[in-house]
Amino acid sequence: MTSFQAVIQLVYVIAAACFVIGLHLMNSPATARRGNQVSTAGMVIAIAATLVLLIHYGTVKPIGWIALGAGTLIGAGVGLYSARTIQMTAMPQLVSMFNAVGGGAATLVGVYDYLHTENLPGGVLGTTTVATLLDVIIGCVTFSGSLIAAGKLQGVIGGQPIVFRGSRLFNIVLGVVLLGTAVFMLTTASQLALLVIALAALAFGVLMVLPIGGADMPVVISLLNAFTGTAVAMAGIVINNWALIVAGALVGASGGILTKLMADAMNRSIPNIIIGGFGTGDTAVLAGPGGDAQVKSIQADDAAIQLAYASKVIIVPGYGLAAAQAQHAVAELANVLEEHGVEVSYAIHPVAGRMPGHMNVLLAEANVPYPQLKEMDEINPEFPRTDVALVIGANDVTNPAARRPGSAISGMPILDVDKAKSIIVVKRSMGHGYAGIENELYFDPKTSMYFADGKTALTEMTAAVKTLVA
Amino acid sequence: MSTALVTDLAIFVLALLVGVEVIGKVPATLHTPLMSAANSIHGIILAGALLIGVTAGGVVGYLLAFVASLFAAANVVGGYVVTGRMLKMFRRKAPEPVPAAPAKVAVAAAAGAPSDTGNGRKPS
Repeated sequence: MTSFQAVIQLVYVIAAACFVIGLHLMNSPATARRGNQVSTAGMVIAIAATLVLLIHYGTVKPIGWIALGAGTLIGAGVGLYSARTIQMTAMPQLVSMFNAVGGGAATLVGVYDYLHTENLPGGVLGTTTVATLLDVIIGCVTFSGSLIAAGKLQGVIGGQPIVFRGSRLFNIVLGVVLLGTAVFMLTTASQLALLVIALAALAFGVLMVLPIGGADMPVVISLLNAFTGTAVAMAGIVINNWALIVAGALVGASGGILTKLMADAMNRSIPNIIIGGFGTGDTAVLAGPGGDAQVKSIQADDAAIQLAYASKVIIVPGYGLAAAQAQHAVAELANVLEEHGVEVSYAIHPVAGRMPGHMNVLLAEANVPYPQLKEMDEINPEFPRTDVALVIGANDVTNPAARRPGSAISGMPILDVDKAKSIIVVKRSMGHGYAGIENELYFDPKTSMYFADGKTALTEMTAAVKTLVA
Repeated sequence: MSTALVTDLAIFVLALLVGVEVIGKVPATLHTPLMSAANSIHGIILAGALLIGVTAGGVVGYLLAFVASLFAAANVVGGYVVTGRMLKMFRRKAPEPVPAAPAKVAVAAAAGAPSDTGNGRKPS
């Protein structure tokens, strides 16, 4: 290593340190913005060092500069535009797209390295072959899987799980082809074999995500995020670049942790989600407390009286709230109640929304101060002291049936909404959640059902509260 | 196994452990920005994409360099910008001024308009 290369490597180490510090600062909303800035600074110096290295080598041909320059500028433009214009409800799609392009780029770096070194004396059967294979396989699975996930989230591809006859057998065949070709490549250099591997991995990514239902999206996105990180780390091992290895490993860890958290929040194992099941609605076997149970219905005026004379209200938002674009309406209702002296907080289940923490961002966008956003473990002890729990668009995560064995959602951690003194549920109909079972909460004598679209209901309630307190 | 590979693996494993330690402390409130931040960090693959240029000589090489740098640049720029945009929304207190503002926001949302207040959508 020349002293020049050593300096560049040191700069990469500084960049890697910036990434770690940046992530560390994200442990509180108060410092998170600074964290993002530190991380950005690390990225800028890493890219700058790379450019210095390119110039130092002096081997980049003019067409090479044009290819790199054009690619970088167009990519940066597209990234900037989508980042600025994306709506917060569409964040999961954007994250999925970034996973796709990140995995795609990692694959291409691995592929190029393979093609290039194969032409050198000595061939490619060096120790990095395993890393190259992992890079290409994981990168391709991420690329196609993330595109399908983004398509599902955007509604381009039906959100319903898509399963076809013999898909499991086809997956096994693909797996055998992948493994066989990979083993073959350990002893023989072959561009064709690499192509086979890439195609098989792309097909595998598609087949992995297609059968997964909408409710499982938070897990899938997290998992694909972990995959992208791992692919980048493998690319780093292939080209022997520390910055890539550290960054990739950090992302792999982050994605892995989030995947685990999401799966735990649904009380399901990760393999179980990948194989499909719960999100597919095919476990809809158990009936609720029977058809003769009565539900109590409520109108805006009565709901307003309950809310306005409460001293503590907890709002339980679910994905339905975001789907109805009602996060601003809920924030307004909360404002009116707070001005009237009611203590308002939000109970956020870990899987509310379409990606980890999605609901928090949607409410933050609606100007809800973050100290009001409470995590499940933090808010659950507060329900018994709560006068009104207002459930909007959340279903399975409030179902007390989860506490008993024998239900499709048994063991899933839930919000203890039923422990509140009274409950108002805003819902369009008595339809089921993803688990396909009756929600026992709706039949609780303390519960009143407000049958309406989320936004309409909130607007009506806000108006009614205003009239009441005026 | 070469020394370089052993070193690389050691770095990978240690970074993984550091990642688990650091990220385990991030509150659920920030999980979306966290994932977005992690997303921008894997945009470091742009460095790898640029390094293709060092040896690229043929059409295939240039094409791979172009597509890889395009993907990676979209990843890194988009990731950092959108993370910043999200984090800006997290406030300790609701913004004080103009009591009319929430109503306006509600109207904008009702009209189905992109309701991004104060996040610099247009750098006017």
